[in-house]
Amino acid sequence: MVKLILQRLLQMALIMAVVSFVLFLVFDSPKFKKQLAVNDLGGFAVATLTQSDYQAWLAAKGLNVPFYERYGNWLVGIAHGDFGRSFQKNEDVGFLLGRALVKTGILAFWVFALMIPLALVTGVFAGISEGRVQDRAITFMSVVFTSIPEIATAIILTVIFALGLGWLPAKSKGDGLEYIILPVLTLVLYDFGYVARMTRASVAEVMTSQYIRTAVLKGIPYRRVVMKHVLRNALIAPFTVIVLQLNWLLSGVVVVEVFFQYDGFGKLLLDAALFGDLYVVQAATLAAVLVAVLSQLISDIGYTFLNPRIRFS
Amino acid sequence: MSMASDAAAAAPAPKPGEGGSEVPVLECRNLCISYFTRAGEIPAVVDFNLKLMPGESHGIVGESGCGKSTVALAIMQYMGKNGRIVGGEILFNGRDMREMNEEELRQIRGSQIAMVYQEPMASLNPAMRVGDQLAEVPIYHDGATKEEALARARAMLESVRLPEPDRILRSYPHQISGGQQQRVVIAMALLSSPKLLLLDEPTTALDVTVEAGIVDLIREIADEYGTSMIYISHNLGLILETCDRITVMYSGEAVEVGTVNDVFDAMRHPYTQGLFASIPLPHADKNARPLVAITGQLPLPHERPPGCNFGPRCDHFLAGLCDSGEIPMLPITGDDRHYSRCVRIEEIDWQAAAGEGIVKSAAPPGDVVLKVDEMTKHYEIEEGAIFFAGEKKTVKANERLSFEAREAETVAIVGESGCGKSTFAKVLMGLEEATSGEVLLGNVELGKMPVEKRSPETIAKLQMIFQNPFDTLNPSHTVGGQIARVIKKFGVEKDEEKINQRVLELLDIVKLPRDFAKRRPRQLSGGQKQRVGIARAFAGNPSVVIADEPVSALDVSVQAAVTELLMDIQRENRTTLLFISHDLSVVRYLADRIVVMYLGQIMEQGTTEEIFSPPYHPYTEALLSAVPIADTKVKKRHIVLSGEIPSASNPPEGCPFCTRCPYVIEGTCETVPPPIRAFGPGHLIACHLSEETLKAMQPVIQIGEGPIPAEADRDAEKGEQVSPVAAAESERRSDV
Repeated sequence: MVKLILQRLLQMALIMAVVSFVLFLVFDSPKFKKQLAVNDLGGFAVATLTQSDYQAWLAAKGLNVPFYERYGNWLVGIAHGDFGRSFQKNEDVGFLLGRALVKTGILAFWVFALMIPLALVTGVFAGISEGRVQDRAITFMSVVFTSIPEIATAIILTVIFALGLGWLPAKSKGDGLEYIILPVLTLVLYDFGYVARMTRASVAEVMTSQYIRTAVLKGIPYRRVVMKHVLRNALIAPFTVIVLQLNWLLSGVVVVEVFFQYDGFGKLLLDAALFGDLYVVQAATLAAVLVAVLSQLISDIGYTFLNPRIRFS
Repeated sequence: MSMASDAAAAAPAPKPGEGGSEVPVLECRNLCISYFTRAGEIPAVVDFNLKLMPGESHGIVGESGCGKSTVALAIMQYMGKNGRIVGGEILFNGRDMREMNEEELRQIRGSQIAMVYQEPMASLNPAMRVGDQLAEVPIYHDGATKEEALARARAMLESVRLPEPDRILRSYPHQISGGQQQRVVIAMALLSSPKLLLLDEPTTALDVTVEAGIVDLIREIADEYGTSMIYISHNLGLILETCDRITVMYSGEAVEVGTVNDVFDAMRHPYTQGLFASIPLPHADKNARPLVAITGQLPLPHERPPGCNFGPRCDHFLAGLCDSGEIPMLPITGDDRHYSRCVRIEEIDWQAAAGEGIVKSAAPPGDVVLKVDEMTKHYEIEEGAIFFAGEKKTVKANERLSFEAREAETVAIVGESGCGKSTFAKVLMGLEEATSGEVLLGNVELGKMPVEKRSPETIAKLQMIFQNPFDTLNPSHTVGGQIARVIKKFGVEKDEEKINQRVLELLDIVKLPRDFAKRRPRQLSGGQKQRVGIARAFAGNPSVVIADEPVSALDVSVQAAVTELLMDIQRENRTTLLFISHDLSVVRYLADRIVVMYLGQIMEQGTTEEIFSPPYHPYTEALLSAVPIADTKVKKRHIVLSGEIPSASNPPEGCPFCTRCPYVIEGTCETVPPPIRAFGPGHLIACHLSEETLKAMQPVIQIGEGPIPAEADRDAEKGEQVSPVAAAESERRSDV
């Protein structure tokens, strides 16, 4: 087990090294250097710049030293929490990123806190009553909610609860709990159907397995069969899916964050990309990859832990 | 014995006072079970009757789809969403189970009626420790505490003779072997001392020597606990070894019921007779007394004929009598509760054998076609490392195999799982390369020649028939197309017209209708698919055909037909047949020479005659004793091996069989590879025992009424049934 974790951590470090290198390489082309100059001095000023002035500017910014040196400096900077500066917002990228991650983290926390119990309960319930009315109703509902795009759900919810009933703010420009109810609800509705259907399929499959027959025919109460025998095996597959939702909650929620004007990670990345705020894009991409790799790591280790056939082989 | 300790307290002793009018433990009366599908109601079991008295063992035998497992699950009242009992009743201790509610059923399941399943691995929860799974039974049925329950589980594991019960309690199912898993399932079933034990093919998934141990255990349970048992199997030999009474089922109906002796020796139903004629019993011989296959196929449940279900396949069919109206179970006068579902019992001459097979002349073997010389195949497996190569382990899949096969000869390679027979086939086919040694087909060296380097002629000369006909045909191509492709690839014919002609000829040879060429595999039954497999293998006029358990996936009545067909084609073409199998009965029937393998090495080889009579290799001796034979006249010396087959990645240093050998000479067998001793030309035994000791061995299988030296031993202590001379030698040498 320890060996496996070490192995995965090492792989993770390797992936991050490769990604950071590629990321730096992409943003190190002359074109992007020019973009940096535009960000720094303004487009008009750059257009009038002479070649030697431009070189002087590069030297001043430390952009004319050899590639590996700049890459090294960049990495050392990151290690010290220095991701560069945002030209658009005139703030440290590290600070911006941290703030956005916290906000998205809050959003993700609430989405998970509501979505997972809801999806698991409905999924398990549908799975153990496969083919019956309850199952069909749940399956129908989850398909409907998953099929509606987030933007549509967001609009409908806003129209009803913010504009119609006036219970909730339409824009999430505040820190109170009421500001995140609508974005959380939108995301939960969209995502729960997916996880619920995964759970249902997994439970239904386990229910038909021979060891469940053994459990029933050894005469233990049905509740115990479900709680102890079915769930333990049926939740292995959905677990992986759930952890991977973390990924989606970080970078896949751009639409919802932008729609509700919620200052999270997705919105930060979108704004920076539209403005050409290079250091922000670079740092945000790196953070997204890190989260992706981390969630993969967690799901791998968790899967191994949940599945004794892998754990002890 | 150890079983007594735990069981004595709870063993269901026959209730005193009830005397003569004992209540049957289980009684099925006119039981009818149907499955309801989109196509409508499909009757799975019709008019099934069974009366099981306390302490009785009742066998149910039949081919796949005959409804035998359905009966077991119906007794448990577990038939899934679409199964339902549509008529009759099931009385357990006199109470109708259909009227019990869920809670009453729960209390009976696992405590009064317990079940043992076909696949032990699939029947145990993979994510739960064995101890926890066992403990549930006492906890929920007897209100035991966790500690008590675990203590009882541990005692029961000892009773089913599992070594290291504490380790097994802590293990997950996948960490123990198949035989151990099945012992765990049996222990689970016995934990609350059930009155009735249902065994659904409990040994089908196991190796024969492991099976023999389980069968022994089941017999012991019946003797000591007095548990009534229903033993479901397709193997008549196993029923003979375990049961008092037997029901033969065919296509959803019981066709014959009676004591084992009545049914085996004085059967009164044509299907039962056909079944016995189609299994290779010791007196069968491929030339002098060939098997007689039952013609035709099992009808699908919704296409059963009117009247007798067996009618269309029966030699004694009489139109107007056999195909009109329901046919009831009729009593046979003079026998004890012996019934048959045949209206012509009185008219059929039961002494006449079920149609003599056609006597064939033996094909004399020709020159050596295939020569295997010191062929060795090792696999290197790496223990998980983080980046760089970790500890390397060598799996010795094949270790210095040497043997020859002649033209028109059938050489059987016999062994249990892990013996390396499949690896050997892969090397031969060019899917793996030999590590060292030679494989010569004619004068072509094949050991180091992977299939992509072989010429079409070489590939055509060496073909294979696979075990599972269901997976080896491409589902999206027609049968004719698949055979034609082979003919084209091997360059047998070039012209389109001639290829089609050859396809039709091949279909004739394997006795399939010509219009099957246009069908797709899913429209064929298992036996028909295997015939296509045979046609494909013979399409390129091969000189050697490897048949890897070609009939083991088929039903008994179909097996005989396919086996006979294979041998007819072989005889016709003077093909060399390498027959890979674990089933010594089939091997005895069709092989000229036998190679016995264990853990990658050849333990013994010789003619069929030589292998089946002493001197034996100790492993051959055990293997012969383990194979169940469905003949009441056959007596066997009783040898049950203890322990499990070791892993091929960690074989013993000396003789691979030393961990389970009853004759093991301590200090020698474990460390020194055994010498190969020759007993006549071609009869080789790899064993440390001296020639005299080996020669002094007694025959394992004896037919007829003659003296049975080891019969008395059956009740003696287990593991002591080795011949006295050999035991003495083993003792003497280990003292040195």
